[in-house]
Amino acid sequence: MVDALQELLQGLFGSVFPLVWALLKIVLIIAPLLLCVAYLTFWERKVIGWMQVRVGPNRVGPWGLIQPIADGLKLFLKEVVVPTGSDKRVFVIAPMFAFAPALAAWAVVPFNDTLVLANVNASLLYVMAIGSIGVYGIILAGWASNSKYAFLGGMRSAAQMISYEISMGLALVVVLMVSNSLNLGDIVHSQGKGIFADYGLGFLSWNWLPLLPMFAVYLVSIVAETNRAPFDMAEGESEIVGFHCEYSGMAFAVFFLAEYANMILVSTLTALLFLGGWLSPVGFLPDGLLWLFLKIAAVLFFFLWIRATFPRYRYDQIMRLGWKVFIPLCLIWLVVVGCWMMSPLNIWK
Amino acid sequence: MEFKTFVFYFLSAILVFAGLRVITSRNPVHAALFLVLAFFSAAGVWMLLQAEFLAIALILIYVGAVMVLFLFVVMMLDINLDRLREGFWSYLPLGSIIALLMVAEMALVLGGNYLGLFESSVPQAAADVSNVKAVGRLIFTEYVYPFELASVILLVGIVAAVALTQRGKRKNKSVNPAQQVFVKAADRVRVLQMPAEKRE
Repeated sequence: MVDALQELLQGLFGSVFPLVWALLKIVLIIAPLLLCVAYLTFWERKVIGWMQVRVGPNRVGPWGLIQPIADGLKLFLKEVVVPTGSDKRVFVIAPMFAFAPALAAWAVVPFNDTLVLANVNASLLYVMAIGSIGVYGIILAGWASNSKYAFLGGMRSAAQMISYEISMGLALVVVLMVSNSLNLGDIVHSQGKGIFADYGLGFLSWNWLPLLPMFAVYLVSIVAETNRAPFDMAEGESEIVGFHCEYSGMAFAVFFLAEYANMILVSTLTALLFLGGWLSPVGFLPDGLLWLFLKIAAVLFFFLWIRATFPRYRYDQIMRLGWKVFIPLCLIWLVVVGCWMMSPLNIWK
Repeated sequence: MEFKTFVFYFLSAILVFAGLRVITSRNPVHAALFLVLAFFSAAGVWMLLQAEFLAIALILIYVGAVMVLFLFVVMMLDINLDRLREGFWSYLPLGSIIALLMVAEMALVLGGNYLGLFESSVPQAAADVSNVKAVGRLIFTEYVYPFELASVILLVGIVAAVALTQRGKRKNKSVNPAQQVFVKAADRVRVLQMPAEKRE
């Protein structure tokens, strides 16, 4: 069927067919992603509701399922207030800077052996490079608002993101060391080999177990990197003002969507790098897309779970955790894994 | 025209425009942002040359780290453009000599094909060998001493930056509760007045 469609489009568009085909694939990734973002906000409110012995949103549509659409419509109809004295162009560009990287990174994310938009050799590097651009949205939003609170909030969130990017990057260096590749697909494949995988217990040979300290560091770092509770300095309404305090309506909604799109992206990366991607946890079940989606959902649930569980960190404690605990830990573990790989006990051959 | 050629000219046009705006825009933050755009388009051009590692490293290091810190600094500086422009005419002769030198160098590099400067052809990357792997192999075999030397210099830079900003050992932060309950607001909080500024 795919071939027939391909032929039909080739006849229709002729020489620009590759462009049209690529655009079609992009839409096929982005459209479900945006739907997931919308329903992640719904799921979050439901989960937190249940954890606090409430029912959560249940009025709009059956079981409240239309709620995210209603929220979106409300934000869409609200006025976007642009403060006088703000830098208008930068003020408008900033939310796009925050949202675009969260979508652009999906270009290299593999869904199974063959299902990937662009299978480049250095896909992990690409994801890290694109991910590091997201911080511009925050800095520019803080600066363009021409408000002291927004500016200080922007500085705070940007410093936090840069700090945790380092420990995240170091954790990823260990992963790519043991899998001997920068390609996300190859990294998933390398997790399917090992002593436990031979016994049919694949989930014990995924990276999370041999690299357990790095997995823990990565899991905490992605929470800080996406500015989520308990590291949500941007949104601590009761005690601190964030970088987007001058944004309203759809402009604010784009920041909000960027946060959730980033959550889905880093959860997918966690599933691919540490939890074996689309590989099945046990030998007698087949590998498949479903496993990848289940793992992403599990990591996303972890995000919501800790938001409902832990109190917010103080800012200096966040920075201390990043710089004085995680980075030294990562550097030491880098050497430990390096020695391990050179010793006869190497399990990654 | 081939699609690749179109992409090259598209990226180059953006690159040249962004480069011009870096030196002509009045607002230093806008200039820094145009520099980011220039880096981005340059990375795209390198990607066309199949130098994927260099292109991604350019974005990761310059766009993701260096320019962020640069923006931090530029945003916090109070730059008066009129004061900066005062010395324009006195610097012009020296500036134009340097500009002419740069133009001459660029002409030599860009016109190298016509002048027959490059007898050897540009090496083409093999399609099946990973760019990153090739760079890594070279760095850790043939160029291992220069590479280690560069990293030691960077380490010295880090230590120097820490040493410059450290102001002695921090005092112990523990508090005496007996003293703490007698503290007055005036001992702890200093209220500063910061009148809002109008943008011109």
